[in-house]
Amino acid sequence: MSRKKIREPLLIELSVPGRRAVRLPEPDVPEAELPKHLLREDLPLPEVSEVDVVRHFTRLSQYNYGVDIGFYPLGSCTMKYNPKVNEDMARLPGFAYIHPLQPEETVQGALALMYHLQKYLGEIVGMPGVSLQPAAGAHGEFTGILIMRAYHRERGEHQRNKVLVPDSAHGTNPASSAMSGMRVVEIPSDERGNIDLEALKKECDETLAGLMITNPNTLGLFEEHIEEVVQVVHEAGGLVYGDGANLNAFLGITRFGDMGFDIVHLNLHKTFSTPHGGGGPGSGPVAVAEHLIDFLPGPIVDIVEAGDPPTYGFVWPKKSIGRVKAFHGHFGVMVRALTYILMLGQEGLRQVAEAAVLNANYLRVMLQDTYHIPYNRLCKHEFVAEGRWPDAPGVRAVDISKRLMDFGFHPPTNYFPLIVKEALMIEPTETESKATLDAFIAAMKQIAREARENPELLKTAPHETPFGRVDEVKAARDLILTWFDWEKEG
Amino acid sequence: MSWNFPPNLKYTKNDEWIDPETGKVGITDYAQDQLSDVVYVEYLVEEGDEVNQGDVVATVESVKAAADVYAPVGGKVVALNTELADNPEWVNEDPYGQAWMVQLEIRDPSELEGLMDAESYAKYCEERE
Repeated sequence: MSRKKIREPLLIELSVPGRRAVRLPEPDVPEAELPKHLLREDLPLPEVSEVDVVRHFTRLSQYNYGVDIGFYPLGSCTMKYNPKVNEDMARLPGFAYIHPLQPEETVQGALALMYHLQKYLGEIVGMPGVSLQPAAGAHGEFTGILIMRAYHRERGEHQRNKVLVPDSAHGTNPASSAMSGMRVVEIPSDERGNIDLEALKKECDETLAGLMITNPNTLGLFEEHIEEVVQVVHEAGGLVYGDGANLNAFLGITRFGDMGFDIVHLNLHKTFSTPHGGGGPGSGPVAVAEHLIDFLPGPIVDIVEAGDPPTYGFVWPKKSIGRVKAFHGHFGVMVRALTYILMLGQEGLRQVAEAAVLNANYLRVMLQDTYHIPYNRLCKHEFVAEGRWPDAPGVRAVDISKRLMDFGFHPPTNYFPLIVKEALMIEPTETESKATLDAFIAAMKQIAREARENPELLKTAPHETPFGRVDEVKAARDLILTWFDWEKEG
Repeated sequence: MSWNFPPNLKYTKNDEWIDPETGKVGITDYAQDQLSDVVYVEYLVEEGDEVNQGDVVATVESVKAAADVYAPVGGKVVALNTELADNPEWVNEDPYGQAWMVQLEIRDPSELEGLMDAESYAKYCEERE
């Protein structure tokens, strides 16, 4: 990236000696001497006025792109529009200004909210036990695998240390298994994008701890033999873990519990609508079947005294794997999720999935003659196209994505899953109108034409954004993380 | 596509090469082309370690993806190309030369027989396109 193109200076470059934005009040406690070794002569912080700071960050925010600005078909991320009523609820003082160390009798409303969210989520996935603790999706996976491990150890089956992960799973699945001390074995997909059943059966032996399956998988395809897959794993003594990150595809239509899954995690921030994508906060509750309830992380919320209203409190599952998060998880996300569930109701949640699937299939069919779609069958909430053409050598998925930015769209996910060459993973979500989808289709088709007629336009894109093409290689090789590094680089 | 697969090397299904003469191991021209610009190479073994065929010896990261590098055969790690960690672009520029990663003292030469020669590896790459 050419430095000249950066219009917004760093705060340190705006610094003028003596400027200040804040005047601290006189201390109302006695002054204390700092130990000598903690004192320093210089403090190279920017000196700027309040208006400098406000303008700086407001301008930076205008360079940003979010789902409140436009279409965000980032596959696997479920970048749906987040209704603002969720924010209103999360900001209610009774939710926003409480502390996790407050006595339970003073936060009964918050505990009631967690209790009811546990119940609703359990109902939605068809499993009786729920812990809200995990911080986000991959943390939920990790928690789920720890539950799996605890279950086998309890039964004396210490040799069960192998977790099977299909090659169409989320990338975090093998990592979560490995972090839990498990051995990961990858299972290939067949030509329809399902798990290769024969390969699965071969790995089902006495060392099998379980299978981690993302359903629908990262190709957006619903596993066509899911009942048989579950049965094969169960017969070998393993447990089936469901990555519920793609729940948007069948919310209110089918349930993990009914398919025979033992453990599942949900991404509240995705399916149940909390702004995400800037690094958090997420929330990855774990739900389990009857035989695993005792292993859930604790504490969880339960009714400790019947009544009207009942008294809620924290209880520990009998054989709990312990705490997986300080306090009780990301409470603000739970408020938003419950709000979303209550605002939509049972019928509304089902419509979410129906519209998400309809939108994805509309895009898939409208684009299938322009972009090669390797596993081209009725998809769920997303699909994966190839970002390459034999008659446009040199054009890659990343060039298509960069060019899309010129049309005001966020690019799809690039280069994942790895089983599709030059992957473009497209997830429109349910919140987009047909007009938006049609504009996206038109842009994708125009880009496909440009790839043949004027590939340079793609290779040098984006042209209409505040910054041009970023040098991703240099950015990854020469990390400049602070302005100290920046200055050193010159 | 025209990738370069030197005839004196042996190749794996995971796209590593090994030189049966020197025991040097790296990733192939096809692998670097698929990964695109490599930005990071990390070794997961140390000099003197004993590795088995299929053990992970290094991780390679590009702007597109991360990939494990597996030992094509078992043996003792006698050298690591530490300079490569500072010059990851060598993987793209010179995959069979400067970008060798680990050098193995091959334990059982018969394990080499299970690997592909340049011709069958080239076919294997074409099939995957």
